Amino acid sequence: MVSESLREKYGEKLVALGESHKEIVVLDADLSSSTRTGMFGKKFPERFFNMGISEQSMVTAAAGLALSGKKAFVSTFAVFLTRTYEQIRQSVCYNNIDVKFVVTHPGITVGEDGATHQIIEDTGIMCGLPNMKVIVPADTVEVSSLMDYLVDKTRTPYYVRLSREKFPVVNQPDYTFIEGKNTVLRDGADLTIFCNGSMVGHALNAAEELKQQAIDAAVINVSSMKPLDRENIIKYAKSTGHILTAEEHSIYNGLGSRVAEVVSEEYPVSVVRIGMRDTFGKSGKSWELFDYFHMGIKDIVDAGVKCFLEEDKYETVS
Amino acid sequence: MGEYSGVAGKTADFSNDTLLKISKKAREYIIRMVYEAKSGHPGGSLSIIDILTYLYFNEMNIDPTDQNLADRDRLIMSKGHASPALYAILALRGFFPVELLMGFRKINSKLEGHVHRGVPGVETSTGSLGQGLGIGLGMALAAKLDSKSYRVFVILGDGEIEEGNIWETMMAASKYKTSNLIAVLDRNRVQLDDLTENVMPMGDISAKAASFGWDVMEFNGHDFRDIRRAFAFASQKREKPVFLIANTVKGKGVSYMENTSKYHGAPPANQEEFEKALKEIGAT
Repeated sequence: MVSESLREKYGEKLVALGESHKEIVVLDADLSSSTRTGMFGKKFPERFFNMGISEQSMVTAAAGLALSGKKAFVSTFAVFLTRTYEQIRQSVCYNNIDVKFVVTHPGITVGEDGATHQIIEDTGIMCGLPNMKVIVPADTVEVSSLMDYLVDKTRTPYYVRLSREKFPVVNQPDYTFIEGKNTVLRDGADLTIFCNGSMVGHALNAAEELKQQAIDAAVINVSSMKPLDRENIIKYAKSTGHILTAEEHSIYNGLGSRVAEVVSEEYPVSVVRIGMRDTFGKSGKSWELFDYFHMGIKDIVDAGVKCFLEEDKYETVS
Repeated sequence: MGEYSGVAGKTADFSNDTLLKISKKAREYIIRMVYEAKSGHPGGSLSIIDILTYLYFNEMNIDPTDQNLADRDRLIMSKGHASPALYAILALRGFFPVELLMGFRKINSKLEGHVHRGVPGVETSTGSLGQGLGIGLGMALAAKLDSKSYRVFVILGDGEIEEGNIWETMMAASKYKTSNLIAVLDRNRVQLDDLTENVMPMGDISAKAASFGWDVMEFNGHDFRDIRRAFAFASQKREKPVFLIANTVKGKGVSYMENTSKYHGAPPANQEEFEKALKEIGAT
């Protein structure tokens, strides 16, 4: 699988869409070379606002622009956006206006910068906001399709979680993002791995290894964390009886929690969650950190085997 | 119902005497609303009401019959707890019937406790302090992008400028030279807990705003001649955003509410206080 940069694709799409959509404005907080919004800024300087290291001002100004008919893209590192939680809540979500928060550098793949920059609780924070929708794309194909969708079809707040790292391309070239729909990247009968973002590539690799152990694992990309594809989750809870979730995020208030909510309400089966376990990250290479925090490919395989073999313990499969 | 309730069309040039009558009526509604709701914020509503009266009746390009008018001037009540003042003036200006005012803070009313965008004439919801100036900046930037001539007025509380969001935006507005952005500081010197001076000394606000790159003017926020002078200043052609400091009195017009934090967020305590307030305002 070839790997490509999601933020680079974001920057390219902003430029392409900015050409045909004059209502697009972009705001950044002194990180435009990292988030890649600088590409838009270079092409359309009059519609690009570098607000300095002033995230509160950035978010409220974006709200004012959106209230005046603009489509505002707001970018910074994920960790810094959360300091404006309340501006997002009142000025954007309560007004229910066209502001898209597209953040980069979340999770442990920030790597060497360490714990201060590795936010692992952001999707939980954002999913809690009324009117906010939360998307965690898995690859550049998905980013591209998502951007078209956000610009052409939506007028409400979204939180889009990109990454510092390149991710393997897992979707087919003709893939179309559909809000609230999961993508079955690999079908399977014994176990389902619900995952998103960086963990999708890991899960596909893990599924290959599980196959060697005669465990047939489905791998499903849950890029649309809110709204959630409940129907797909219930379907696979029923058909495979075992669920594993994998996310580059805290297991609290993240993908694992959301999936567990659905199955516990609709069709209880065991859910094993892989992710950050109530701990801050640390400096290191990102592949080292995945192993350090038990979120690597081997950890998914081990959890998958354990989850599958412990069938009797749960007695949940009808 | 006052005789101004149905005033439609674009803003006219009312005399100071007429403006005084309108603000008197608005004060009466403020008191009636918070007393009926048994909650709300009369102090900061009474301090800003004269300025709102002037803006909505004499200054702003607005049309109650066309609330989405593209070129309309925008007003953001950043101190969103002064909702009684904004709602009263919008009703008097004809954005919605004054009868709806008595639904303030009630379950089946649109008149939310803090300023709510669902109310006709309201540009944005507010309530958590410090955010309105940034929103105003965004609107001012949009006007420039669209080559529109509308202005954006943002009403700030003095306690509110303790928020960091304000000063971030003070820098940004200066950078972008949004001369169509006019902040109005309701300098009533009282916040929820105590005098602003005791809670957080503010120093020379005028010098601070000027040093952030704004054109600054101080005026008396209860004297229509002075209010007129301030907005004439704000309307002059210029390069910088405008920061108007309105010296006001918290609870202005009701003796027992003046210059105290006691009625920042509390209505008249009983029927006696209620009647005293109406009498002092000169309600008819």
